Amino acid sequence: MLTIIDYGIGNIGSVANALSTLGISFEISGDPVALSRSQALILPGVGAAGVGMKNLKERKLDEVIKQKIAEGVPFLGICLGMQLLFEWSQEDDTKCLGVLKGKVVKFEKEKNIPQIGWNKMKRKTKSEKLKVLNGIKDNSYFYFVHSYYCIPEDRSIIAGETEYGETFASLIVKDNIVATQFHPEKSGSSGLKLIQNFSKGVL
Amino acid sequence: MKTKRIIPCLDMTEGKVVKGIQFKSFRDAGDPVEMAKKYSESGADELVFLDITATVENRPILLDVVRNTAINVSIPFSVGGGTRSVEDVRQLLLAGADKVSMNTGAVKNPTLISDAARQFGNQCVVLSLDAKKVASGQWNVFIKDGTVDSGLDAVEWVKQATSLGAGEILLTSIDQDGTKRGFDIELTRVVSNAVTVPVIASGGAGKMEDFVDIFTKGNADAALAASLFHFGELTINELKRYLEANKILIRKTYEQ
Repeated sequence: MLTIIDYGIGNIGSVANALSTLGISFEISGDPVALSRSQALILPGVGAAGVGMKNLKERKLDEVIKQKIAEGVPFLGICLGMQLLFEWSQEDDTKCLGVLKGKVVKFEKEKNIPQIGWNKMKRKTKSEKLKVLNGIKDNSYFYFVHSYYCIPEDRSIIAGETEYGETFASLIVKDNIVATQFHPEKSGSSGLKLIQNFSKGVL
Repeated sequence: MKTKRIIPCLDMTEGKVVKGIQFKSFRDAGDPVEMAKKYSESGADELVFLDITATVENRPILLDVVRNTAINVSIPFSVGGGTRSVEDVRQLLLAGADKVSMNTGAVKNPTLISDAARQFGNQCVVLSLDAKKVASGQWNVFIKDGTVDSGLDAVEWVKQATSLGAGEILLTSIDQDGTKRGFDIELTRVVSNAVTVPVIASGGAGKMEDFVDIFTKGNADAALAASLFHFGELTINELKRYLEANKILIRKTYEQ
């Protein structure tokens, strides 16, 4: 079963709706036991890093997420769900999960923050390696809503980049981890395709 | 780079889409969920729902529309009208809205903005503001569907609202609304320059050139229109082709 992690933050409904539209079965759960049995995890998230980590810890979900990722279970992190994978976020000076090495910082060069709207993602790695981008054209538009972005230490895990005052990692693929700074569940057909590709590798 | 957004607006009353002129004389335009679906498949970058005669009795109808839209549409949408409390915001977000806009409720109780932003994040709090010119270079905020002058200066209000946590401004010009004489460029420019959050310009779109002007001269991040799209005078992709030809960066939703 594919599980959407419910940690009391963000708009879980939109991810659930996208999966339903695609005919993919899933459960929504914030129970560590259910998560430990799951075959694939989606960590959605709209909101602040501080509250996000606090909620994960309170619900004892931080450890189980790390464990499942270490086991090689397919994992999709969306927006805040991507940022929380790193070691530290400038937002609320938050220590995050540390599954990926690197940090999360605030946009500095653009006047309009948060970035709200559609922006292009440029592929960084060869497309045949990226099953998650099957059927999605290079430079496709995705929907972004964020003020912070991830800087991975290992730049080779960056699969897609986007420009907003500065160039930042908008898609990360590393082993069983897929993480998007954009919201695939709100990005029309390109986003749905990405979710479908992720789920196909899973179920 | 980020693109400029084209946003159809669905003004609703009792679960039906309607369109008025300068906030009066409404005519029926159709079923909101069907229209939302059609727009999301034909190039809209986002959708705005406004329940213009929001009442407590109509709340369940609105929530139903939001739920059905969320299931059928995979682009972002905001919902507003009669938002008075954090609980109203929560209900709309739970029903599937990505953002909630607040207007009169925020003027009467500005802490609604900060409370909602703290709980749900700035990104989902949209300050909706109906402005009317009261003197040269001066606009006041009108509340209760544009009927009552709140006495607030529009520029001062957006500054306050964004400092409280509003993540976006939906700026409607009462003077231009429904007239098709073009957006209020001066108002939009003044407001855009006063804040760092994106401004959605609304009211007055009548032809494709108006959109070029509001993006280039008005510094708008997004442009909203209703009757132009609802009554088939203009398709979103026609407009996007025109904007691209005029060097405005848009999300391409059509084939070359």
